[in-house]
Amino acid sequence: MAGPGTRAGAAHAVLRGVTRIFPPADRGQAPVHALGPLDLDLARGEFFAVVGPSGCGKSTLLEILAGLSAPTEGSVMFEDSAVRGSPPDGVGVVFQEDASFPWLSVWDNVAFGLRRAGIDSAETARRVDHALGFMGLTGFARAYPAQLSGGMRQRVCIARTLVLQPRLILLDEPFGALDQQTRLLMGDELLRLWRDTGATVLLITHALDEAAMLSDRIGVMSARPGRFIDMVATGWPRDRDSTIVSDAAFGEVTARLWSSLRGESLKALGAAP
Amino acid sequence: MTRAGWIRTAIVLGAIAALELVTQAGLVSRHTIIPPTAMAAALWGLIASGEIVPDITKTVSNVAAAFVLSVAGGFVLGLLIHAAPRLRRALDPLLATYYAVPFFVFYPLLIVIFGMSDLPIIVIGFLFGVVAMIIATLNGLDRVPRVALKVARLSRMDPVSIALIIKFPAATPYLFTGIKLAVAYSFIGVIASEFILSGAGLGFAISYAYNNFDTPKMYALMLFILVSVTAVNMVLHTIEQRMLRRRGLAR
Ligand SMILES: Nc1ncnc2c1ncn2[C@@H]1O[C@H](COP(=O)(O)OP(=O)(O)O)[C@@H](O)[C@H]1O
Ligand SMILES: [Mg+2]
Repeated sequence: MAGPGTRAGAAHAVLRGVTRIFPPADRGQAPVHALGPLDLDLARGEFFAVVGPSGCGKSTLLEILAGLSAPTEGSVMFEDSAVRGSPPDGVGVVFQEDASFPWLSVWDNVAFGLRRAGIDSAETARRVDHALGFMGLTGFARAYPAQLSGGMRQRVCIARTLVLQPRLILLDEPFGALDQQTRLLMGDELLRLWRDTGATVLLITHALDEAAMLSDRIGVMSARPGRFIDMVATGWPRDRDSTIVSDAAFGEVTARLWSSLRGESLKALGAAP
Repeated sequence: MTRAGWIRTAIVLGAIAALELVTQAGLVSRHTIIPPTAMAAALWGLIASGEIVPDITKTVSNVAAAFVLSVAGGFVLGLLIHAAPRLRRALDPLLATYYAVPFFVFYPLLIVIFGMSDLPIIVIGFLFGVVAMIIATLNGLDRVPRVALKVARLSRMDPVSIALIIKFPAATPYLFTGIKLAVAYSFIGVIASEFILSGAGLGFAISYAYNNFDTPKMYALMLFILVSVTAVNMVLHTIEQRMLRRRGLAR
């Protein structure tokens, strides 16, 4: 029963036998087995990263966990209630694509979820201003997304998710549009936020060093259909930051990730049409 | 103003000036066309005396009603059709050939149904505009980013809020095509209907002036319609450009 993703203790989110098979788009085509079956336990307050070759089902996994799509088979529990194709309260998602709303100013984008949740305007203003400051966007509050760089738009989306103070934060390659230095700094910010809020974090990334630097535990996924082929616990202290990259253990973690992933990445490359 | 803007202005002013010269020189009979300055003077007289104010009010309110109904109705119908792909596939050829139908043949029927009132006129304007808006809505909804809808679902919004707060603004650049066509078609539908069979409105007033050889009044009213349609379209164009600039889509 206990697969590589499970662990003992109070879990915040639990996936069991989760599988996703996309039905064929056209008659005559084969269905796409995108994910699983896989098991995963996320401990409350854990920082968990997922790495895997592209197209292995990482985004699919995130959407199932967020309740945005239902697994073909298997079950998802979040805070002791079942999640099935409808987003539970307390989950925040930062998507891989740019999800900022081009018709709203940066400020209104960040305030979006708060207004939907009926938070009063003074509290909304307080949280939005704080999040903009945190994300280095204060000077752009009145700008529109089209006037920002891709990396700044992604920060708007991160701020929009964080102001809702989710207890489980799911991030799908959130720093993909950023340069390496900014990634490291944003990683530090994310760590600080994670420490301050006590939230559980699931971060999808294709950058092995990012996964190694930020996480308590890293799940390595196989080529499609994605399953966990390795679980790497880093053992970092809770009050860590990006300077950990110069730690000797950091090199060991990245080396292990790469040795687990290398074969799968080759498979994904070979499988590409 | 841009270079193209200057050229455009020059062409329009040039055409007006040419018409003025030709008519003033007597090259064309005054019974056929009067000089633009005379048109403007006649229009001013009509407005100052209050003579055509009731006609203007009638036409403008009918156009406004037809326009609002086409835009709102077209958006709602577009949403419904978009939500039912099978229905959409069935309707597609009908929507594509819709404008091949000469609606005015139904005008007598509409009068039988609604009586000699503003209603048949508004219905014609609506029939003219609504499908352009449906097509624009479908086109816009096809382009609403999926991720925007995911954000909406995470906020646990109901379908009506999603339509109004996410889909409508996301589709606006495409809806504008429908809105602009709906304005034009509402004007055409209403004024043409007034022409055919009505006892009031600008279309009626023009045809009345024509039948009574009141050339100055006829041209004054045509000028009024031309100027109003152009003004409305310029306002829409300005709003559209501002919206497109904001989204980084302006040409
Ligand atoms: N809606 C869908 N319909 C059909 N296939 C899909 C759909 N979404 C994703 N897939 C397929 O499932 C696989 C996993 O996709 P995804 O989860 O986006 O991968 P990753 O995020 O790891 O790059 C891919 O092969 C992709 O083509
Ligand atoms: Mg992905």
